[in-house]
Amino acid sequence: MRGRALGIGTRAGAALLTVGVLAWLPQYYGATDTALFAKAIYIAIAALGLNLLTGYNGQVSIGHGAFFGFGAYATAILMNDHGWDFLATLPVVAVASFVVGAAVGFPALRVKGLYLALITLGLAALFPDLVTKYVHGTGGTTLVQPPLPTSPGWAQGFAPNDDQWRYYLALTIGIVMFILAWNLVRGRFGRALLAVRDHDAAASTIGIDLARIKVGSFAISALYAGIAGSVGVMVTGLANAGRVETFQLSINFLVAVVIGGTATVLGPVVGAWTFVFLERATQDLFPDQALLSPAIFGVALILLLFALPDGIVGGARRTGRFARRKLQARRAPRAPDFPSPIREDRQ
Amino acid sequence: MSLLEVVDLSAAYGPIQVLHGISLTVDAGEVVVVLGANGAGKTTALRAISGLVAAKGELRFDGVSILGRHPESIAHRGVSHVPQGRGTLAGLTVDENMRLGAYSRRDREGIAADLAEWYDTFPPLAKRRSQTAGTMSGGEQQMLAVARSLMSRPRLLLLDEPSLGLAPLVTKQLFETLATVNRERGIAMLLVEQNAALALELAARGYVLEAGEIVASGTAENLSRDGEIRKAYLGR
Ligand SMILES: Nc1ncnc2c1ncn2[C@@H]1O[C@H](COP(=O)(O)OP(=O)(O)OP(=O)(O)O)[C@@H](O)[C@H]1O
Ligand SMILES: [Mg+2]
Repeated sequence: MRGRALGIGTRAGAALLTVGVLAWLPQYYGATDTALFAKAIYIAIAALGLNLLTGYNGQVSIGHGAFFGFGAYATAILMNDHGWDFLATLPVVAVASFVVGAAVGFPALRVKGLYLALITLGLAALFPDLVTKYVHGTGGTTLVQPPLPTSPGWAQGFAPNDDQWRYYLALTIGIVMFILAWNLVRGRFGRALLAVRDHDAAASTIGIDLARIKVGSFAISALYAGIAGSVGVMVTGLANAGRVETFQLSINFLVAVVIGGTATVLGPVVGAWTFVFLERATQDLFPDQALLSPAIFGVALILLLFALPDGIVGGARRTGRFARRKLQARRAPRAPDFPSPIREDRQ
Repeated sequence: MSLLEVVDLSAAYGPIQVLHGISLTVDAGEVVVVLGANGAGKTTALRAISGLVAAKGELRFDGVSILGRHPESIAHRGVSHVPQGRGTLAGLTVDENMRLGAYSRRDREGIAADLAEWYDTFPPLAKRRSQTAGTMSGGEQQMLAVARSLMSRPRLLLLDEPSLGLAPLVTKQLFETLATVNRERGIAMLLVEQNAALALELAARGYVLEAGEIVASGTAENLSRDGEIRKAYLGR
């Protein structure tokens, strides 16, 4: 919102180029890598939503893995037990996650900061228990493995393999979710999110209904996590809510938001891809040392944040602004922006 | 019937009673000043009116009780509060702040027209549309706070020490602008101000608040002639 520096043409060009590259990826890379790219996409979707809540609205959640799991199970069960088409499950997941998110958001109104973080952590702890109680998957486990969408006849030209087709489905959903988030933060709602985050008394005297904005951002972020869960099932073929997985996902979303750049639209997407690639790059470094890879991954994250404290997008923006100012200064030397510290009357 | 009617209003922060039953009125289109020493409860009175602080007593806006209502619902009715000490949203740009001022309005054209008009009225803001509010000077931020409030097309503006930290010349300009806005748009104002001389010029009537109670009231003219008030607030 702030850095409206690049022209419309430049932005549209960059967007087209990015989509072009993303569409080309599965043509060149094999199934393993394509699955990795698809993972980056569904993490990006969840991070987009979490960024609305945490980045723009200042409500930290470390439990969004639960909403992800909710979406994943909803899609998996509808497909597996009721024979639904994958795409048909999405609107249902969207509405249901939104409602569940709002239901969690209401009690969250009473708490802030660390307390809210703890409550959402509780959510992530509780969710696997609920699944164990209510989900009866294959062979008495809680795993649900629905039949996955396959590449239709008309798509054989560009996606002969099913994993390619699933990647394109994920990419399309990701782009739609990105455009929606972008529209949300650019307008009235986005400004209200920031106002409530920065100064709730001022926001309320402006006429902003604090409760509605806070619960609303919870509900929307849950919707995003739910849809991410559906896409996750479609990509991995599996709905699973182990305790570890639920926690891990919750943290992954938050890490993607932070390393990408909080309260920037592009941040979570860049963060999710960076995260997935860093994880992948550090994974097989030491095959016989199980603990070393995660440690190196952790150090890499710390270094990244040390170098770019406001995330990759935040850092890029700062650099861009700096470079522009240098360029302008070279083209047309002019008086400094800031008045001299020495006041005229003292001279 | 007055636009704003405050009758026997009390307010407390926890166990500490700050307002002990104050009564005041503001007519439509009228400018009223509240004078008082530091800690007298002026800010608290404005907060109670805009719903930020819970209060007891009677509080009516345009004939309807607004006591106990949420701040946003009071704002929707046409009361806009400019808080003490820059109530701008520091992380947002000037333009975003201004558009937030119009949050409860839906008339796109009216909003665009007002935006143009207030940028015209406050040229330093127009020059800094895309600057982050927090990086502006104190005076500019104060201007922004007032301009943002005006974006809501209020019927009553609550102004809490708008001159705080402003250079004398800037204060004078701001008060001239307020006078113009009041005259041309008929926006009523309840003004809390330490600069009593300027405030009494702008206002038609005034009240003096001391330790949470109204101890004097009258027309601006009478108040500025009153010996004690001259000594306490006008310094002569
Ligand atoms: N949030 C709060 N919690 C507790 N006490 C408060 C709070 N805000 C104000 N007070 C107390 O209430 C009294 C009145 O404060 P208020 O801010 O209304 O004074 P004021 O007349 O606006 O003063 P000033 O001219 O300095 O702005 C003061 O004694 C103050 O310490
Ligand atoms: Mg005060």
